[in-house]
Amino acid sequence: MFTTVLFYLFAAVLVGAAVGVVVARNPVHSALFLVLAFFNSAALWLLLQAEFLAIALVLVYVGAVMVLFLFVVMMLDVNVAALREGFARHAPLGLVVAGLMVVEMFQVLWVRRLGEPALLAHAQPAAVEAGVSNTKALGTLLYTQYAYPFQLAAVVLLIAIVAAIALTMRKRPGLKLQDVSKQVAVTKADRLRIIKVEAEKRP
Amino acid sequence: MNLQLPPVGLEHYLFLAGVLFSISVAGIFLNRKNVILLLMCIELMLLAVNFNFVAFSHWLGNLDGQVFVFFILTVAAAEAAIGLAILVVLFRERRTINVEELDTMRG
Repeated sequence: MFTTVLFYLFAAVLVGAAVGVVVARNPVHSALFLVLAFFNSAALWLLLQAEFLAIALVLVYVGAVMVLFLFVVMMLDVNVAALREGFARHAPLGLVVAGLMVVEMFQVLWVRRLGEPALLAHAQPAAVEAGVSNTKALGTLLYTQYAYPFQLAAVVLLIAIVAAIALTMRKRPGLKLQDVSKQVAVTKADRLRIIKVEAEKRP
Repeated sequence: MNLQLPPVGLEHYLFLAGVLFSISVAGIFLNRKNVILLLMCIELMLLAVNFNFVAFSHWLGNLDGQVFVFFILTVAAAEAAIGLAILVVLFRERRTINVEELDTMRG
């Protein structure tokens, strides 16, 4: 009963935040609504006993990705009014498509529920093994059965880092930088010059 | 007052994910000029898909779905980083992020 109330509360806030992301006038507000949506999703995942993923969602998304979004939104001087001019014109089409998709998905769920009541009709969730935390079970799976995909994910992240840095790095004109290889490769002949100086004569 | 709500089943979560996905599709239709909003709507879509994985993983008692969500989160983070980097470069070159003005590659 209590979890049911919690589910409806979090779900309502989540849907409201998602609508806020779409309709907010200011992109900064959209990003903040998205943060709210991620927080509520994390709470819902906690209700589903996916504790590790819930915390990872808060850390990775709210802590890193959304901060990146906010950073970019605030860094770019965007003319918001020009970007929103087609909003009212496209609204009916978008609403029709979204409503159609909701109805279709609801019907799919409805048919599935009639045809296969075992899975959907208030099926009891599978029992969690006692004494094993979600994080431990997930880690066991990740480091044994999914070890190679795990390493591939690491490579994907590395490529993303390299790509992001390579894309955004630029050479500003007039910027004075050290060339380390040139500094190291310098020889005595480049720097040192011995001059014979005539000794001063006593007047 | 004795209010009895039915327990939350798998279909509640699936329907919630469907609603979330549809909202983000509508967002892509509505904000089709603003690349930042498009990226945010894609993040929201990925979240909706992750909801399905987590819900099924819970009801089937199979942790593979959660592992998959883990990988989706990884790829989504990489996608957001590269997408925003491209956006920054684009804005530096063209001084705009309006999708309709970005037609240099049109044949």
